[in-house]
Amino acid sequence: MIKSIQYIGAKTIEHLEHLGSLTLFLLQVLRRMLMPPLRYRALLQQLHFIGAKSTFVIVLASLTVGLVLGLRLYFEFEQFGVTDRLGSVVALSMITEMGPVFTALLVIGRAGSAMCAEVGIMRSDEQLDALECMAIDPYKFLMVPKFWATLISVPILVAIADIVGIFGGYLASVVMFDVPSGAYIQSMNGSIGWYELNMGLIKSVVFALIIVWIATGKGFLLHLDKNGAYGAEGVSRITTQAVVMASVLVLFADYLISAFMV
Amino acid sequence: MENGATIISVKQLSTHYGERLILDELDFSVRRGEIMVIMGASGSGKSTLLRTMLGLNKPSAGEVEILGTNVSTARQRELYRLRRQMGVAFQGGALFGNLSLIDNIQLPLREHTNLDENTIRIMSRLKLDMMNLSGFDALMPSELSGGMVKRAALARAVVMDPQLLFFDEPSAGLDPVVAAELDEHILELKKAMDMTIVVVTHELDSALRIADRITVLDKGKMVICGTVEEVKQSQNEHVQNLLNRRAAREPIEPEAYLDMLTRVQAARPHRGHRHD
Repeated sequence: MIKSIQYIGAKTIEHLEHLGSLTLFLLQVLRRMLMPPLRYRALLQQLHFIGAKSTFVIVLASLTVGLVLGLRLYFEFEQFGVTDRLGSVVALSMITEMGPVFTALLVIGRAGSAMCAEVGIMRSDEQLDALECMAIDPYKFLMVPKFWATLISVPILVAIADIVGIFGGYLASVVMFDVPSGAYIQSMNGSIGWYELNMGLIKSVVFALIIVWIATGKGFLLHLDKNGAYGAEGVSRITTQAVVMASVLVLFADYLISAFMV
Repeated sequence: MENGATIISVKQLSTHYGERLILDELDFSVRRGEIMVIMGASGSGKSTLLRTMLGLNKPSAGEVEILGTNVSTARQRELYRLRRQMGVAFQGGALFGNLSLIDNIQLPLREHTNLDENTIRIMSRLKLDMMNLSGFDALMPSELSGGMVKRAALARAVVMDPQLLFFDEPSAGLDPVVAAELDEHILELKKAMDMTIVVVTHELDSALRIADRITVLDKGKMVICGTVEEVKQSQNEHVQNLLNRRAAREPIEPEAYLDMLTRVQAARPHRGHRHD
């Protein structure tokens, strides 16, 4: 019994320590984000990697989500004779929930995991120490471009996902089921305002911060991982942890933002 | 500062990882213009000592003073000012995988100087020539051999013409010919650039070839610090074992080894930092 309590206590302290280290890491990067100069070349590279290279998968996924939404909702709405409201429901779902959440989860899987592994390997191979020894601040040199690029890319990707998702819903309802095109667009126009757009924007920025914070922070703090290997095994473990942790935090933040903004 | 003046002083330095004592009250100094080799078997604390000297690890007691700056207590700005006068070549090279060889070498110049592109190119090419790496500028680190990676790391470490160079395990993982070639580069740097060099190694041949003085560590304690001759003449058992390449204890029996392995796995030690 006492051993169990000791174990739980030790684990709690360990997790709190880790959370503290991650928070300090975030504060260090945020502080430097506003300090000039910004490395524009590195920022462009990261924008290309996180933003441009994620576009195709986001378009594909959000088109599918829009199609499925249009398809499923059509049959439900048809029973009540309100298929002319499809545009409104698809657009609301995409802009306030599906677009930000799906985009965030896809960016975590594609770019977040890669960022975590990259930074983790740099820690493991002493490249971060080498930067320190060359008097080059690793937060400023490596992390700031990644943070800015994610904060810029994710809202744009979310906007693309929203538009493509709404188009997917349009294809399903108007092209496949002959819902009048005017009714779809009219209902959408009537229900989407600044409030919905702001909610989507706030979510996309918060999710972007969560993704880049957890992905880079877990990699950067690899050497503090108290559960074992430092090399390839350690990198693979922290990458898995980062993906799971970021995904859960995104879903949790989604609930909190929705709850506070409703 | 004249040759012979103390440039690094390590005073009563102790380091712990958790409960484990890694360095135990080390005291020694490095003089300007000399090559100091820190030697010891695996697990003796060499790399931890190097990391502490570089300010990458905080000591639990004592201090390291380099060029008048206390590394253990210095603020980041002071530490960065000091590090601009130092070069460090890591054991695995620590070259940036997304940068070509020449970009890796030019990085400190681009970050810390306002030199024009032409001067940066000339300075980096000079260092590449010095390390026999000319012609490989455009290669990525993954395309370099082990010896080339070490030489590239050395070229990057000296590109700013530092007063002080640290080199972690220069000959580890290299064949004797390439290792000897690297030793020659280290000696050349000392001669041509009047550098003070601290080398951490467990390679006896390399240490005897390049060292002006040697510090020998055993289980975190300093066994001896002296000239090559003084070390050779030392009657200390550990030093003699090291010089004669003798095992410090009898070879372990297979059963005892398996037992030890089981105990180690059961214990799952907590690791903060990698050390040798």
